[in-house]
Amino acid sequence: MKILKNNSIDKVIALAGNPNVGKSTVFNALTGLHQHTGNWPGKTVKNASGLFRYQEHFYKIYDLPGIYSILAHSEEEVVARDFICFGESDLTVIVVDACSLMRNLNLVLQITEITSNIILCVNLIDEANKKKINIDIELLKEILGIEVIATSARSGKGLEHLASAIDKYSFEPNKDVYKVQYSRHLEKAISIVEGSLKNKLKSNLNSRWVALNLLKEDNELFESIDNYLGQGFLDKEILKSISLAREYLLEKEIEITEIEDIVVERINNIAEEISNKVTSYGKKNYNKRDRLLDKILTNKITGIPIMMLLFGFIFWLTIEGANYPSSLLNKMFFSVEELLFNFCSYFLPNWFSNLLIYGVYRTLAWVVSVMLPPMMIFFPLFTLLEDLGYLPRIAFNVDKVFKKCSSCGKQALTMAMGFGCNAVGVCGARIIDSPRERLIAIITNSFVPCNGRFPTLIAIITMFFVGVNSNNSILSVAILMSVILLGILMTFIVSKLLSMTILKGIPSSFTLELPPYRRPQVGKVIIRSVLDRTIFVLGRAVTIAIPAGIVIWVLANVSYNGLSLLLHVSNFLNPFASILGMDGIILLAFILGFPANEIVMPIIIMSYMATGNLTDFTNLADLKLLLVNNGWTITTAISIMIFSLMHWPCSTTCLTIKKETKSNKWTLISILIPTLCGIIICTALNLLFKIML
Amino acid sequence: MNEMNLCDVPLGKKAIVEKVISSGSIKRRLLDIGLTPGTVVESVFSNPGGNLTAYMIRGALIAIRDNDSKNILIREIES
Repeated sequence: MKILKNNSIDKVIALAGNPNVGKSTVFNALTGLHQHTGNWPGKTVKNASGLFRYQEHFYKIYDLPGIYSILAHSEEEVVARDFICFGESDLTVIVVDACSLMRNLNLVLQITEITSNIILCVNLIDEANKKKINIDIELLKEILGIEVIATSARSGKGLEHLASAIDKYSFEPNKDVYKVQYSRHLEKAISIVEGSLKNKLKSNLNSRWVALNLLKEDNELFESIDNYLGQGFLDKEILKSISLAREYLLEKEIEITEIEDIVVERINNIAEEISNKVTSYGKKNYNKRDRLLDKILTNKITGIPIMMLLFGFIFWLTIEGANYPSSLLNKMFFSVEELLFNFCSYFLPNWFSNLLIYGVYRTLAWVVSVMLPPMMIFFPLFTLLEDLGYLPRIAFNVDKVFKKCSSCGKQALTMAMGFGCNAVGVCGARIIDSPRERLIAIITNSFVPCNGRFPTLIAIITMFFVGVNSNNSILSVAILMSVILLGILMTFIVSKLLSMTILKGIPSSFTLELPPYRRPQVGKVIIRSVLDRTIFVLGRAVTIAIPAGIVIWVLANVSYNGLSLLLHVSNFLNPFASILGMDGIILLAFILGFPANEIVMPIIIMSYMATGNLTDFTNLADLKLLLVNNGWTITTAISIMIFSLMHWPCSTTCLTIKKETKSNKWTLISILIPTLCGIIICTALNLLFKIML
Repeated sequence: MNEMNLCDVPLGKKAIVEKVISSGSIKRRLLDIGLTPGTVVESVFSNPGGNLTAYMIRGALIAIRDNDSKNILIREIES
């Protein structure tokens, strides 16, 4: 990772810490940025960066992924470790959870081995106080020899103090930082190697830490060190000292492979010792409320039904709540359509006004009115669940099935994220340690219908299954849930098949942290999810809708051999599409919808409108009429729903898969598998329908 | 006293970690979350499938699969 230090930035700050300690909240508070924060481990998977100013100084802060240790197991840990070790930041702010200081101190002690430029930020201090946990900040400061600041970032407490400490300690490093001491023999071995390193290291790297790590047989870290210091850094003298030190250790009956364990254990013990010294507990049973909630939410009998009900309720609210504003928006947009056209015709050529209004404006109007209302409801509700700390409980509840499919319970978490956006789900798969299981989670993520596909599903369900006038939203939810369950079933089947074939392996080990429940900040959640997610996703859809609108209009209005291009294309696609139970226009819509699934339904509508003469809509009943006039039956509706659930992931997701797997092969497989599933299932179903009907 | 495994600890009971006998990355992971010798661990609740148990380890609630917790030896059970 490269940091560009331009002139206006005085210092570079790294923000490190365990997962789920409120690092992102601290980051947002300092930078005034609004990175989304969620209550589950591993929320920050990319390095986010932001600027902040304190008096006359400018700082660039990097929010690193949450890690337990810098001994690196998963992708995100490697990212964070390499940044702290080799990122050349001027100061590392370590954020720890006041409620579980003992475990958090592990990372702190590990980082003190690398650098002395540290500030400790003891966050969630309010929550600790509520749980009657008291931390002696002054004593902690004295023991560790670094600046310690107590904060409660959610309420803003202590942040001013933190900012001024960053300002101070970026320029004058701590002097007497606590250093972990190991046994006499190991210390001797370290000093042998350290001696050979003198004057060969760049200033930021701690020679003692490098020496200790050269002793270990950690190839990954070895490589990182080698890359950073330049090939050939490890000269004869150093290599000789390493083998000398290793010989010495063997003489003293210390195996090289044991060093890692010795280090971890020693650091753990010191962390425990320090934590015991500075922490005092008030009344016990501090998490009575959490345990009661867990008893209900993860119970053998009630756990899974509650999960289903909760999601059912969210979908119901989304469908029920989106209905009215959707038709209202629709009416509003189309009532001014003619007015706009007349207005444009005044000073623009007629064909251009046509393109602008009946091409671009109309597509945009459809996208906004179909998408915006369900998103405005779904995103905040989902964010509330996230904020509450419920998502890891889902992974906990359903782990058994995933284990049967030789994959990891954390995959459930990435699937839950997929409901919002598959690209986020793919990125979130970084929380899975085992590369094999991570790939399975990435490849199967698009079987979960994302928010861009809900409007299509909901519109079709309402028109063709429930009836446009009956308004039976419970039935809509039941049908939507079965579509989603089909997607989940496919996830299991494909995961199992992958583990049996190209991704052979047995379920690996993992640990899953269940964070404390937090009272969601309702107001903030609504504002943030609307501003960040809704506007973002809508913006993306709109930027795709404009060129798509132009393409459709051109296709519909340019003729060749007496037929419009749109009909040519649709006729070309028709034979294949009809095998799948759809028609050429629908397949074209799915193809044009590659950049954003949201525009599939609008493109279908636009295309039919462009070829037919029915152009006036006020409600879904008219829309259904249009579709039925174009040959839609209930089997068409089913085919589209299945194909919407299983086809190529959208372009953003594909790019994310490419970035995450760093492999064309796995990206291609991630596109092929859902597409093939969709084609096979649609074809089979339609054969079945033909035989039966 | 006979050696027992963490997965044998009944729900609601506490135990003291003796040794982690698994190897490789899972061993490091278990040590990282604080399962070092001498640590007091409480078995809190298990999942609906019964293959995953949540333990209170150094103030944090962490779920571990039973195949992994059987590789964690414990010393004694406190009530």
